Amino acid sequence: MSGRFTRLFRRLDGEGRGALVPFAVLGDPDPATGARVLETLAAGADALEVGLPFSDPVADGPTIQRAALRARQTGTTVARGLELVAELRRRHPELPIGLLVYANLVHARGLGSFYARAAAAGIDAVLVPDVPLEEIAPFAEAARTAGVAPVLIAPPNAPENTLEGIARTGREYTYVVTRKGITGVDRGEVDPSATVVRRLAQLGAPPALLGFGIARPEHVRRALATGARGVIVGSALIERLEKEPASLPDYLAELRAATILP
Amino acid sequence: MSFVPPAPSPLIPAAGHYGEFGGRYVPEILVPPLVALEDAFLRHRDDPSFRAELDELLRRYAGRPTPLTRTRRFLADTHTVLYLKREDLLHGGAHKTNQVLGQMLLAHRTGKRRVIAETGAGQHGVAVAMAGALFGKEVVVYMGEKDCRRQAPNVFRMKLFGARVVPVASGSASLKDAMNEALRDWSESYEDTHYLVGTVAGPHPFPAMVGAFQRVIGEETRAEILEREGRLPDLVAACVGGGSNALGIFAAFLDDPGVDLLGVEAGGEGLETGRHGATLARGRPGILHGMRSLLLQDEEGQVQESHSVSAGLDYPGVGPEHAHLQATGRARYTAAEDREALEAFVALARTEGILPALESAHALAAVAREARDEPERARLVVVNLSGRGDKDLGHVAALLDGEAGR
Ligand SMILES: Cc1ncc(COP(=O)(O)O)c(C=O)c1O
Repeated sequence: MSGRFTRLFRRLDGEGRGALVPFAVLGDPDPATGARVLETLAAGADALEVGLPFSDPVADGPTIQRAALRARQTGTTVARGLELVAELRRRHPELPIGLLVYANLVHARGLGSFYARAAAAGIDAVLVPDVPLEEIAPFAEAARTAGVAPVLIAPPNAPENTLEGIARTGREYTYVVTRKGITGVDRGEVDPSATVVRRLAQLGAPPALLGFGIARPEHVRRALATGARGVIVGSALIERLEKEPASLPDYLAELRAATILP
Repeated sequence: MSFVPPAPSPLIPAAGHYGEFGGRYVPEILVPPLVALEDAFLRHRDDPSFRAELDELLRRYAGRPTPLTRTRRFLADTHTVLYLKREDLLHGGAHKTNQVLGQMLLAHRTGKRRVIAETGAGQHGVAVAMAGALFGKEVVVYMGEKDCRRQAPNVFRMKLFGARVVPVASGSASLKDAMNEALRDWSESYEDTHYLVGTVAGPHPFPAMVGAFQRVIGEETRAEILEREGRLPDLVAACVGGGSNALGIFAAFLDDPGVDLLGVEAGGEGLETGRHGATLARGRPGILHGMRSLLLQDEEGQVQESHSVSAGLDYPGVGPEHAHLQATGRARYTAAEDREALEAFVALARTEGILPALESAHALAAVAREARDEPERARLVVVNLSGRGDKDLGHVAALLDGEAGR
């Protein structure tokens, strides 16, 4: 299967660039504004990762928790969230779209049915942050059956056999987290290690996108220096949306400029 | 007699699965610490010096064994012979101390300097703070903002023991959110921190490990009832929040098919009102807090808030082994409403001079209901009196005042 992410990475290789992949919670702060945000992101980035709001986002820090709460309070259900994606897909037929969704929302619907709906909405890849490799088999199988790529998370403490499993199971991209903990913008420096990225590449894993704490152009440059093929920017972007939404296009342009490989 | 379950034992099921329930549904970063914890648990519980030290703590610090009290008046108008397993007399005031000492000792022996926990009623938080003081650990307890308010005396107790109590305002600001926050902390701090889960819930190995450390309740009960009555009980009952006190007492009777096992959940304002904590009765399979179990959730899988007069039963999930015991039919589960629990609380005080925890009062209420439904039926019954009611005095006073005013 050669999906939109794969085609994107091929194209960016030609251009000598890494991918800028913003993350937003669907329907944040409300469905109408959220739809406009997605348009802005689509215009200023290479691919998108979008999240369905869940009551118990255990892998997320305060910023993304707030976003999920806003979205739920203004009526973004799973169905409404997927409609937002479907609308986005109609306007952007070639935009790679990854979905982040907590396990219970997939499970409650039934795995087969959930992935089929995701595929119908035009989603390319699905990442379930609270399902680790050892529990992934039924999820990955349902994803592939529906023609959706299963994406796995590689943390810095993953042992060799986990990295091997991720390389075997994942499709389209691998979400490599830069550090321990949950999502959020650090006060400290972002200093990702190249070890996991390199090992995954040797194992033939799908291209690495680096995430967690990336907020500034120098973070992007440092992340790409590990050999990663792109970055995911979540909390920093949501904080922008909260404080100065009008600055979003400029912010994206600034980060995107940093994706040009030296 | 040893308080630590003997090894080898079938307490750790394969990969932590109980039939279709259990497992380890956590972010990948938490898998290595959970694997390390499982290894440490299996290693230390078979180590004679660990077992000896835990025995000593349970005996001389916590006050084990706890008595088995035959009630004199509580159900005297029926043919039920009722014994109470007196976990209320344990140091700390509830069964929580048993497994907290076990995990604290494990944390100590694996070199963790910091211990974190979630708490609802504050009983588990108090036990962790207490044991943390004993072992000189830095203790951080996550507690829903709402629970901090309704269980203020326990917040004060934790602070007296030197713990830091962090109010959690996210989500429904109750136990489930406190557990989310503890998991978030642990995904960053696991290297020097032990996450001391408070019940038989959460990702593997917590359900199995907590259950193993609570099994002492059942072992003592079984030995003593055999000695005093010359036979096994007909019924063993316990309240079920996450399910640790129930599993602790059930565990020793699981292989005795003649012993009826009854778990009692929070019926809240009534199952039909939707305001309850009866996960086994009304939940659907789902994934939360690292486990696949039954879950109170809406149509699309958003987790719902539970409701109960007792904060300790106010949890929208339940330990996976209970979901399995219900599915196989080995245990049965019912619910007692707030009002019934309150009645049982008062009745036990008036007839036996014992103040049960509101949680434990749910088990008493369900047993009283069955006894009254069939007053001629002669049954030998044990109720696990999981804790004492001192923590509930303010709350109960307010509730009774309200009723008197009506
Ligand atoms: C006295 C008492 N009983 C029961 C419970 C419920 O927990 P579990 O179902 O794990 O025994 C609690 C929880 O706080 C408690 O304090």
